[in-house]
Amino acid sequence: MTVLRHLRNTKGPMSIKFSQEQLNKVQEVIARYPEGKQKSALIPLLHMAQDTFGGWLDAPVMDYVAELLHILPIEVYEVATFYSMFNTKPVGKYLLEVCRTGPCMLNGSDEIIEYIKSKLGINEGETTPDGLFTLKPAECLGACGYAPMMQLGNNFREHLTKEKVDALISELTAKAGN
Amino acid sequence: MKLLLQNAHIEGIRFYDAYRKNGGYQSVEKAFKMSTDAIVEEVKKSGLRGRGGAGFPTGMKWSFLAKPEGVPRHLVCNADESEPGTFKDRYLMEFLPHLLIEGLIVSSYALGSNATYIYIRGEYAWITDILEHAIAEAKQNGWLGKNILGSGFDCEIYVHRGAGAYICGEETALIESLEGKRGNPRLKPPFPAIQGVWMRPTVVNNVETLAAIVPIINMGGEEYAKIGVGRSTGTKLLSVCGNVNKPGVYEIDMTISVEEFIYSDKYCGGIPNGKRLKACIPGGSSVPIVPANLLFKTAKGETRMMNYESLSDGGFATGTMMGSGGFIVLDEDQCVVRHTMTLARFYNHESCGQCSPCREGTGWMYKILKNIENGQGKLSDIDLLWDIQRRIEGNTICPLGDAAAWPVAAAIRHFRDEFEWHVLNPEESQRRNYGIAHYADPLPMVGVV
Repeated sequence: MTVLRHLRNTKGPMSIKFSQEQLNKVQEVIARYPEGKQKSALIPLLHMAQDTFGGWLDAPVMDYVAELLHILPIEVYEVATFYSMFNTKPVGKYLLEVCRTGPCMLNGSDEIIEYIKSKLGINEGETTPDGLFTLKPAECLGACGYAPMMQLGNNFREHLTKEKVDALISELTAKAGN
Repeated sequence: MKLLLQNAHIEGIRFYDAYRKNGGYQSVEKAFKMSTDAIVEEVKKSGLRGRGGAGFPTGMKWSFLAKPEGVPRHLVCNADESEPGTFKDRYLMEFLPHLLIEGLIVSSYALGSNATYIYIRGEYAWITDILEHAIAEAKQNGWLGKNILGSGFDCEIYVHRGAGAYICGEETALIESLEGKRGNPRLKPPFPAIQGVWMRPTVVNNVETLAAIVPIINMGGEEYAKIGVGRSTGTKLLSVCGNVNKPGVYEIDMTISVEEFIYSDKYCGGIPNGKRLKACIPGGSSVPIVPANLLFKTAKGETRMMNYESLSDGGFATGTMMGSGGFIVLDEDQCVVRHTMTLARFYNHESCGQCSPCREGTGWMYKILKNIENGQGKLSDIDLLWDIQRRIEGNTICPLGDAAAWPVAAAIRHFRDEFEWHVLNPEESQRRNYGIAHYADPLPMVGVV
């Protein structure tokens, strides 16, 4: 687990525990699957954990999820590192995932990525020094007819242009300032 | 002709009241008066073929489901739509969630699934909310839960969100993922119909396939089979993207020609800025790309139609596949090398890493294509690419290996001169694209309806 070892030393800024409301939700999710098959709830729970604990999955967070499901921590690590939506390293407050596969490329996604890079002064996979934005090129997100596009949190921003990127970044910067 | 999207324009159709008022849930009422075997029989008669890409007859898949005494069975809806170019299921779920729920209830009843799961790709987070809302509405109105309509049949539908893995669209990988594991496809046999999720008999069907069960039950399998042509029965959703005037989702009855589909204002509306067509990938990124001169006419000189048989006419030498219906159009200014590179990068990113030919081969192909695209390729690289793809195809547990090999093979088969031009003109290829040369389209029909 060399990949994860450095995460062991990081101290999360918050205590790692779901609220009572979230714990009720955890039970509800587990109940969707047959008895004894609670491991099926792992991916839904990792989504919850990532949304709750800072946008990425620190090792102690994954251990906590393992505890909730009565499975081994390694079973959580192997899943978290397999799926591209789970971040095993810290990311900025806003994760800009710009699609660059075939159909988006045909509609100019490369220019959009270049523009974001120069505007924010970061490279692919990097985070701005203020911790606000991370740029992550993504592979096909299922919005090919509305290209170019990016995923931002739980939503898609489609038909991107340089102007729309400008507006989005000022909107998010302002939101973070409040 | 529209069967699935005919009500899509009605305001509020996303919600139960409008959906029910417009004939929704009638197929459930009808199905519960039929025996489960009779429903499977109707689906067989309809000739419906899996809409996820493989085109396997749905009725036959259903009839394979093992029914051992005392072992629960499950229906799983594959909503892990991730094939580049494909976004038809997204449209269906986003705007007509109740159509999917209705199809799921009928199918669950036919297959005896008391707990049915919708495995949706993680990125469609807001659609998860839409579906959960629709399920809650259906439950409130008595279409889900215990003893539905007094039939004695219990059914619950749960939405299970994935987390970004193309491979989970493969049914055994999807099952692994549903069990809370990495999405590594399983060796078959045993097939999911015998041992699927939690080792129980399982049927995995695509969203569009399950939605199509609704019109099949409403109109009868025989009537449904009359729509379309030959073994391509019923209607098919196509998601159009790339260089067209009107990208979006269209429903066709598989009796129109490819040329009409691209140039008619009713569908794609032609290519923007008066440009000419260079190539097309008609069924999602993994099916072979075809140059314009082979797209409108088959090798035999017949007009190519938008259906399973006609699109695959001529095999991979001159044809392609219907696939998932992700219709990608490239205009004359697009670079086939660059486009193929992005697809190779996609498959490299999405390979689960289980089988060596795919794990190593996809990365190798991507590296070579990147070199050629950046003007650092050699002529021997083109033969090497051909060799690598040939050694991946058919040598992996799941079809991702084939899906990664086919786009590269087809690009070299039809556009070898463009690859060679890139290699021989490294500097020029950084400044301009190759153009359309001899594979230009025959000039479009004028005045197509």
